[in-house]
Amino acid sequence: MSESLIPEAPASAYDMVRAEEPEAAATFAVLVDNEPGVLHRVVGLFAARGYNIESLTVAETDTGAHTSRITIVTRGTPHILQQIEAQLQKMVSTRQVQNVTKDPNGLERELALVKVRGTGAERMEAKLLADIFRAHVVDTTTTGFVFEITGSPDKIDKFVGLMKPLGLTEVSRTGVLSIERGQERG
Amino acid sequence: MNAPTRIDSPAPDQAAQAEPRVMTGAQIVVQALVDQGVTDLFGYPGGAVLPIYDALFHEPRLRHVLVRHEQGAAHAAEGYARSTGKPGVVLVTSGPGATNAVTGIVDALMDSIPLVVITGQVPTHLIGSDAFQECDTVGITRACTKHNYLVKDVRDLARVLHDAFHIATSGRPGPVVVDIPKDVQFASGPYQTPDAARPIHDYRPRTRPDPAAIAEAAALIAGAHRPLFYTGGGVINAGPAGSAALRRIAALTGAPVTSTLMGLGAFPAGDPAWLGMVGMHGAYEANHAMHDCDVMICVGARFDDRVTGRLDAFSPASKKIHLDIDPSSIGKLVRTDVGIVADAADGLEALIAALGRRTADRERLAPWWDQIERWRARRGFAYRPSADLIKPQHAVQRLYELTRGRDVYITTEVGQHQMWAAQFFHFQEPRRWMTSGGLGTMGYGLPAAVGVQVAHPGALVIDIAGDASVQMTMQEMSTAIQYDLPIKVFILNNEWMGMVRQWQQLLHGERYSHSYSASLPDFVKLAEAYGALGLRAERPEELDDAIREMIDTPRPVIFDCRVERAENCLPMIPSGKAHNEMILPADAADLGSVIDEAGRSLV
Repeated sequence: MSESLIPEAPASAYDMVRAEEPEAAATFAVLVDNEPGVLHRVVGLFAARGYNIESLTVAETDTGAHTSRITIVTRGTPHILQQIEAQLQKMVSTRQVQNVTKDPNGLERELALVKVRGTGAERMEAKLLADIFRAHVVDTTTTGFVFEITGSPDKIDKFVGLMKPLGLTEVSRTGVLSIERGQERG
Repeated sequence: MNAPTRIDSPAPDQAAQAEPRVMTGAQIVVQALVDQGVTDLFGYPGGAVLPIYDALFHEPRLRHVLVRHEQGAAHAAEGYARSTGKPGVVLVTSGPGATNAVTGIVDALMDSIPLVVITGQVPTHLIGSDAFQECDTVGITRACTKHNYLVKDVRDLARVLHDAFHIATSGRPGPVVVDIPKDVQFASGPYQTPDAARPIHDYRPRTRPDPAAIAEAAALIAGAHRPLFYTGGGVINAGPAGSAALRRIAALTGAPVTSTLMGLGAFPAGDPAWLGMVGMHGAYEANHAMHDCDVMICVGARFDDRVTGRLDAFSPASKKIHLDIDPSSIGKLVRTDVGIVADAADGLEALIAALGRRTADRERLAPWWDQIERWRARRGFAYRPSADLIKPQHAVQRLYELTRGRDVYITTEVGQHQMWAAQFFHFQEPRRWMTSGGLGTMGYGLPAAVGVQVAHPGALVIDIAGDASVQMTMQEMSTAIQYDLPIKVFILNNEWMGMVRQWQQLLHGERYSHSYSASLPDFVKLAEAYGALGLRAERPEELDDAIREMIDTPRPVIFDCRVERAENCLPMIPSGKAHNEMILPADAADLGSVIDEAGRSLV
């Protein structure tokens, strides 16, 4: 047995890392039957198979048809993303799965509430930037603001980045919502 | 799946047909089972299912088999389903009743066995209050069922039950749990028949293949020089049509056929094109053919790690066609060149049609068959016979020979005996072989045999068991006695957890940590205590007569077959190795030195 201690790259079914494929973010819009536990099914699927959830939103969107829309931002290699789509599709409660990121007509929006503390020039600078980003002031004190901003996740990231040196104290984000451009149902 | 045949209810009067009949939730359960064609169910009563048991008391069309532990009910239902093609039905109470059934439910999910598991629940107003025998059954089983339901309104009950049968049996089959609070069982509501009930889920999995994919696959097959069919449980789940289509396409193409553990019997072991089982303890010729083929046609199998071995060295030169009813199985582990989403029977039929009049080019395939013959000549399953000790392989071989020509069904537990059964017992027909493949559940075989015998009262049902596994669900002998189910429990008794011992010998420096059962029961006396016949064979010359006595006994038998203790299960693809690095018995002396450090960390 001792001669078997030569280290060798493990290569088997348990070594699933496909190093040649880079990871990318993807947004999935999942239309599900609105029934108790359906969110748990989706979250449980991600947890059980080791997929990452970067953000998740869910609400009933069609009361008559009893459907909810779940928008999940995740990250993985193309192979993993393909598996995620197939596994979501496989759930009995799933009506439709759409990879919004792959769809040229896919729209993604997010809302954030951003709290900034500051006085004097910093406070004015924050307000100026907020105007440029078309953020609304939803609360004002003499020592700061709460801004409400909507836009693509990138835009919100940029805004939050700019607020950091100006006294950013807290951020609350909804996670990504998505829909397809045009008049037709996706 | 075969649609379960419907048993007609006693003719209802005209008025009742127009208006849904009103009955209690418990009566709805029983009526739905009857209307779904259920004739047998496996269960255990308790507080939260008493109303349903009360309704069962008045229903002569349903035969209830009382098990001794709810895990036994689930495995029995699996055996019943696997051997008939009908869904297995389980009825258990809340809390511990449901949790005890979970192992069997996961087992059914892993092996795609259709089950409908009905669990009692505490009354709706007590849910969430930590009531007596309350557990979050739907929460616990969400991850281990194909789908599950908590029925909070009796008006939904009939729809949910019909939905459950539809989901369990269509697409890739699997277990469905229906959790019914006790007040819903008592409440009155309308009963809709399967035809009248509006489905809750629009569940319509694809079963017909895409013609473009079929054409692409047919072209690959037609041009192959070294084709191979790699088949699995999906062919068996496709019903008799699946096995028939596999036999036809194998004859048409002249290609060899191998199968996973779950697929044994779909292709006849007596056919010259049969290579034996593939995988870690599969046939030498099957594994080498997997490695060297140029076109692999995977039908209803899922590239499990026990089949593929080292993934980056898996069948490097082949184009891979994957026909599966589950789209998420295609491309999951191994890159596929042509993926076909379809039922195995429909997919194979379409391939046969696409191949048309092109018959096998025997001349082109001749070098491939020559190579296969050379692998066969290595006799991978050879073992050293003994005049003093019963070799476990020999015991299975004799069992096979002495039961040939009979109506035999085999179940197994999990471990060395399971692999020897797969290697040395040969199946000509599907649904004759019941084993726990994906989950690897020790304790599966005995209750599964109970379920098989319920479905096939006149058949010879044998659980090929290990001494460790069989003790996990031994209590189901009592069930077999109660219902006159003459199952035969054939224990290959080596006093060890044999597969654990083998791995400890080969991979852990012969440190046999807690794998020896130092106080086994006397299985003969145990059989007698249950009211069964106990038999024992300790020497090779006793074996045949004892097996004959077992076969000829019209009641349950426990057979204590004392086998060589240190026998290893070979051949073997060591962990972390490729198919063409398979270890034959002749090389097995230094198996430990073959598996490297990386391989040791694998399961």
